[in-house]
Amino acid sequence: MSGAQAVVEALRREGVEVVFGYPGGANMPIYDALYDFQNFQYTPLNERSFRHILARHEQSAAHMADGYARASGRVGVCMATSGPGATNLMTGLATAYMDSSPVVAITGQVPSYMIGTDAFQETDVVGMATSVTKYAFQPLRVRDVPYAIKAAFYLATTRRPQPVLVDIPKNVQQTEDEVEFPNHVNFPNYQPLPDPDPTIVKTIARAILEAQWPVILAGGGVKMANAYRELQAFAELLVAPVVTSFMGKGAFPENHPLSLGCMGMHGSERTNKLIPECDVFLVIGSRLSDRTTGKIEKFAPNTKVIHIDADKAEIGKNYKLPVVSLVADAKKALQALIREVEVGMMGRQRDAWVKRAQEVMVMAKTESDDDGAYLSGVETIKMLRRLLPPKAIVTTEVGQHQMWCEQHFQVIEPRTFFSSGGLGTMGFGFPAALGAKVARPDVPVFDVAGDGSFLMTENSLATSIEEQIPVTAVILNNRMLGMVAQWQRFFYRRRYSAVHLGRSPDFVKLAEAYGAEGVRVETLPELETAVNRAMRSPVTTVIEVPISPEEDVLPMLPPGAGIKEMIVG
Amino acid sequence: MSQDAQLRIISALVEHKPGVLYRISNLIRRKSFNIESIAVGPAEIPGLARMTFTMFSDYGRFDQVMKNIDNLIDVRSVEPLEERNATMRELALVKLSPGAPVTRPEVTNFIEAFRANIVDLSPDSLTVEVCGDPDKINAFINLARNFGLKQVARTGAVALPREMITQREMSNGESILR
Repeated sequence: MSGAQAVVEALRREGVEVVFGYPGGANMPIYDALYDFQNFQYTPLNERSFRHILARHEQSAAHMADGYARASGRVGVCMATSGPGATNLMTGLATAYMDSSPVVAITGQVPSYMIGTDAFQETDVVGMATSVTKYAFQPLRVRDVPYAIKAAFYLATTRRPQPVLVDIPKNVQQTEDEVEFPNHVNFPNYQPLPDPDPTIVKTIARAILEAQWPVILAGGGVKMANAYRELQAFAELLVAPVVTSFMGKGAFPENHPLSLGCMGMHGSERTNKLIPECDVFLVIGSRLSDRTTGKIEKFAPNTKVIHIDADKAEIGKNYKLPVVSLVADAKKALQALIREVEVGMMGRQRDAWVKRAQEVMVMAKTESDDDGAYLSGVETIKMLRRLLPPKAIVTTEVGQHQMWCEQHFQVIEPRTFFSSGGLGTMGFGFPAALGAKVARPDVPVFDVAGDGSFLMTENSLATSIEEQIPVTAVILNNRMLGMVAQWQRFFYRRRYSAVHLGRSPDFVKLAEAYGAEGVRVETLPELETAVNRAMRSPVTTVIEVPISPEEDVLPMLPPGAGIKEMIVG
Repeated sequence: MSQDAQLRIISALVEHKPGVLYRISNLIRRKSFNIESIAVGPAEIPGLARMTFTMFSDYGRFDQVMKNIDNLIDVRSVEPLEERNATMRELALVKLSPGAPVTRPEVTNFIEAFRANIVDLSPDSLTVEVCGDPDKINAFINLARNFGLKQVARTGAVALPREMITQREMSNGESILR
């Protein structure tokens, strides 16, 4: 078997059902092996085939794999050729790395005997990827290929999920050799996370049971560990309010009576003010980034912080001195905590806790959430929430629309909201929506976009049409780079520098040029009609919503300010 | 850098294969540390190498980078060492070209005082090997400036933990990784 065939066979053995990629000189043997393996038409998954989806840019291929991974909980696979193909992947890998998403990237490389000679389309991909992947393999013999791919899947999905790269020289792809496919791989210093330390679990349980006012912060780690149900059971058992980071949005149903929504830079003002008041703050699967806590020195100085994370390097990194910390998988940690706390809650008067929680919820309830009369960014988001079923998936790009989603789009069901929270990658949302739709063809998938972000990966429209992956992009068009403009308004005395995007392109015509449906809406009823139609449409729809260039995202925590110091308007 | 900044020593047992040094040094760079010295060589187990890094850091950031290094797939184990609980040695080759008014006995006295050896001699220069902990090497090099210092090549420190240390010190060293 050739190295290229070994790649395809190894992917099949991992149960891969779809690969997002782009061919080129250095990965042509792999694509040739794919040709034997399947024809490129969509066929329902069977034992012998997986689907290849042709992106129109390698960055989009990586985002599609990322979106697929977040929606399915499985590894997302992307492929690119050497040189520019591989460098184009980097933004996508960095995005997945920052948000702890399991992506495996397979790149072609120049033949091994030419590595280091500045050959055509040669780049030091392993060197470049080292900072944005958990590991990067470069198998130099055919027999090393199956091991590298097995190991890539193992590393990407265990402990803290992260992307892994496999860079395969072209001659290794072409050479025929005897290959064996290992059933497991072993890394002496890397083992799956052990069960939570029972002593620490007991300590945490005691601290929570003794608390007057415990609040749980759920981060993206809860979602990655698929610990939705455990978190809900734990919070309900304790009658403890749950707040999330932006990455944790959706880890807890936001329509739940105990949900405090998101905290942080664009979190709810009352929630932000409330957090420092609690006496025990239980952090699960969050790195407590600056976007979540504001200035860390001013964050909850009188609160006992308990920190649970899958990555020991996150403990003490941003928040220096948690009173207790536990390195564990969020799901297992919550299961263990539930067992401990159940005993402690037995026979306990819950009335006081329920009353306290109710008070908290009343305090946290945001100002009147009445619907406005005219079409704005915020009203568009609110209407989307009303119209989309809870199981619908929403992705976002990066900017004002993303933060309006944080504030006004309640996420109810698990794995239905994906956004580039860590890297903040404009252009993530649309390809990620395609990846999510491939994982969940049964639910409507919407990308909420800004006019700036959408243009970053707009050419994925071609993929959505040709591969028949119908999604909807709702473009809030303020003809500005709205978030940068907002910061210039607030912090740079309205000196608008390079933020005017003007009238180009015409998004309706752009959509139509790709073969998608395009519609511009001017009123809320028109928006409602367009959204309902898009949900039923067999092809991708682009809904352009013109909004005011002066609409701000408020409230806002200025960068470097303490968590209580929000700008409200 | 805060007040508790001091020379920190990292000893890591790693896979002896291409790219490992890059991964570790790249990680340390990414955390904005300057590596003071680095020494690498095969370890007692075939296929593994031992790396010794030294760098100036406060405790908090050092603790963080230690955890990050331990997270690397190719790192078998990593431990922080302190000068008080580790044996540490460095070797330097120092080329001198002493001219008048320095006399030959003055030079040899200086070399002997440091238990250094002359390893190369020519009519107008000599190369000396000096071995010891980095402080001793620093002291030697500083004084060598009075004897026509021309060139210095240092190996970087290597270190191993002392065996005869108390249990308490041992557990301090380990707790950093927990």
